[in-house]
Amino acid sequence: MSEYVLELRHIAKSFFGIPALKDVTWGLKKGELLSLIGENGAGKSTMMNIVGGILPADSGELYINGELYRPTQPSDAKKAGIAFIHQELNLFTNLSINDNVFIDSFPRIGVLPLIKKTEMSRRVKKALEAVDLHVSPDTIVEKLSPGERQLVEIAKALSSDPQILIFDEPTTSLTNKETEKLFGIIDKLREEGKSIIYISHILADVERLSDQIIVLRDGCITDEDKKENYTIDRMIQSMIGREISQLYPTKTNKPSKETALSVKGLSQSGIVHNINMDIHKGEVVGMFGLMGSGRSELARIIYGLDPYEAGEIIINGEKVEKHNPQKAIEHKIAFVTENRREEGLLMEFSILDNLSLVSVPSSAKGKLKIVNDECVKNKAEDIVNKLKVKCPPIENNPAKSMSGGNQQKVVIGKWLLTDPEVFIVDEPTRGIDVGAKYEVYNIINQLATDKKAVWVISSELEELMGICDKILVMGNGEIHGELAREEFDKENILKAAFNQTVEDKTEKGGR
Amino acid sequence: MSALKSETYRQKKPAKQVIQRIFLSEYFILIMSLIYFVCVIPFAPRIISQSNLLNLLSNLWPLLVIAIGQTFVLLLGGIDLSQVSIIGVTSVIGTALMSNSFDPAIFEGTPLWGWLIHENGGPLAGSAASVPVSIFVMLIIGTLIGLFNGFFVARFKMPPFMVTLVTQMFLLSFAIYLTQSRNIMGLPESFSAFGTKSLGFIPYAAIFVVLIALGAHFILAKMVLGKWIYASGENEVASVVSGVPTKKVTLFCYAMSGFCAAAGSAIYSARLGMGRPTLGEDIMMDIVGAAIIGGTSLSGGKGKVMWTLFGVFFFTLLFNTLNLFNLSYFTINIVKGLVILAAAFLDVIRTKLMTRMSIVNGAGV
Repeated sequence: MSEYVLELRHIAKSFFGIPALKDVTWGLKKGELLSLIGENGAGKSTMMNIVGGILPADSGELYINGELYRPTQPSDAKKAGIAFIHQELNLFTNLSINDNVFIDSFPRIGVLPLIKKTEMSRRVKKALEAVDLHVSPDTIVEKLSPGERQLVEIAKALSSDPQILIFDEPTTSLTNKETEKLFGIIDKLREEGKSIIYISHILADVERLSDQIIVLRDGCITDEDKKENYTIDRMIQSMIGREISQLYPTKTNKPSKETALSVKGLSQSGIVHNINMDIHKGEVVGMFGLMGSGRSELARIIYGLDPYEAGEIIINGEKVEKHNPQKAIEHKIAFVTENRREEGLLMEFSILDNLSLVSVPSSAKGKLKIVNDECVKNKAEDIVNKLKVKCPPIENNPAKSMSGGNQQKVVIGKWLLTDPEVFIVDEPTRGIDVGAKYEVYNIINQLATDKKAVWVISSELEELMGICDKILVMGNGEIHGELAREEFDKENILKAAFNQTVEDKTEKGGR
Repeated sequence: MSALKSETYRQKKPAKQVIQRIFLSEYFILIMSLIYFVCVIPFAPRIISQSNLLNLLSNLWPLLVIAIGQTFVLLLGGIDLSQVSIIGVTSVIGTALMSNSFDPAIFEGTPLWGWLIHENGGPLAGSAASVPVSIFVMLIIGTLIGLFNGFFVARFKMPPFMVTLVTQMFLLSFAIYLTQSRNIMGLPESFSAFGTKSLGFIPYAAIFVVLIALGAHFILAKMVLGKWIYASGENEVASVVSGVPTKKVTLFCYAMSGFCAAAGSAIYSARLGMGRPTLGEDIMMDIVGAAIIGGTSLSGGKGKVMWTLFGVFFFTLLFNTLNLFNLSYFTINIVKGLVILAAAFLDVIRTKLMTRMSIVNGAGV
């Protein structure tokens, strides 16, 4: 018997002649939690797709419990005792938990094509208990929060009694509280002897959970060691292949006294209540809040996407009436939303079309608004160079052909083309890798240095503390606190976010 | 990367490469049509006779203008089922305005009798400007109906299928009600001339349609409005966030669809020499089918006026040849259905191939 539950030997894979994995060898021990980290495009997904039977390897072998394992389709992985918990939830939101868990293997009554409901409910109940989720198995998934859905996904994975669980960025859509709960469940699974592969960009989580950490870069393993020997700095260094002296750029902006965006007594029942805030020119204002605190909703209202009942929005001294996104753009507001795919980009359209979408009317000629193709293209290419976007020719390649970090740069770029005065960025670094994150921070710093007002919304506290001049803390639709840079303190901010007891504070302290 | 790309290409035989290029080219349907045309000649030599070619072209214009209107709505990811009824309603109203005489025995029972139409014709009877004014009114009515559709789709987010299905039913019945299912006759000579005569070589209908088609092409290819239409169809949410006035864009597209349907109605009515409430009844499949064959996507964001032109050309040609073979109405419809199915299938394959090619191109990044 091999000491490994899952072993990869000399796995290689290339796409159209371009290597994605080069001779990768590693093993996963029983009851171990192994973290895989690396920048986007380092080969993590390719590797997991090979393990999951979605892609065939070009060369090399896979072993499960010392036996050769040759998956050709996803169901082979399931049979071999491997379960995936995906980053993007693969649940049918219109179906019940029951149906989701058994979607590929409904228990039948004998040989009849009829579903054995009682058996299904019994097994699902057990699985839900195991993940500490107390809802009826008949609940429609639509009604569950993202965190609860993630738990259902795990329950679904557990229902086939796997020996290996693979988590791919499981926390991206979870609140801190839900994340803690998830980690508790992961710990419990490990105690039960399950082997776990954990893939994440959040290095603090990796440090908290792992026994063993493997770092991938450009399809090769660049670092592999026990957790105890790692520091976050070492992880980052191995991931990007060079030493980075700092995670955040040195601040060069000087906030002025002039107000760019001012909000007075803004309310919308059930969403935000009596919001007062000022953002000055040249200032980076952070907004921290948990999911559901109303932070993104506030941004949507100020950008004119959602209505408000009371209060005033004043941009550069001018009160905004009958707000809508077109007005906001006229007032030089830019809004980088938290959902790049759904709200930021036209994924199938060319990078050029995406870059020019907002600014194209401003350079259009005449009453008929004829597109000035040359001007649009020059401007777009300038911005691509300025932001160092790594992309294929922008005219005939779709936005989806780029990596996440470059997609985010294109979203930022399309707004830069409108020459905005107020920049609202919601979760600017979600799902992008360390190197790209640094570049995004740099862009934000540069904007503020150029006397733009920047409002950064994020649930990553460290990031806000690294780049902001001031942090507003939001909870329950209200602003609970405002801290100047000198006063930045993790505990105080978290306390303000929860606006409550010390127990909560300590619970969150680990994150 | 480029070195790699050319290497992959070099491995393929040139012939295969040419075929692949034709297959993926946006002229694919046009090339197919021409090949088909040439192949049919030996079996039905009559196809290249002057009278048949003229007939083919005269069938092309009205369908083309209507399908161009439909393209605007398809680009949004919507559909306009009401076009066929807009054709009927505008046909009836337009011809009622210009007709020179109504037979009391036939029209006395209609709701139009007395206040709009009389024994000696409609309100514009005998006027020199009766034909252009009537056509203008038809276009206005078509546009208004389109705006009505667009309003419900844009303002209340109602499914376009529902909204336009309802207007289709309502308008068809309304058109029949207006004339009590009679055809309106006694139209001025100059109106028939609009449908059948030419200015030199070029039929009036062709001039009319080509002008509209050029305008439509200009909007989609050159104007900001065109960019907005494509963007709204690809991702409405992202478009709203990017400041695209998606509601106005939606209104415009449905209005355009109604306008184009009315334009088609004018040509059909003129060719027929009468106003008929059920004029467009059975061409729904032709309109959508032609646009789809051209390559316009039902899910929005993809399509061009030129593609629709190719699709309509192919469809008209196909219909024409099937007629030449003296096939029955049912057989023709069966073949039409199969062709649309085949076109949809080819489109899926082409999209797949193109995605694969773009992965090859973009793989180095």
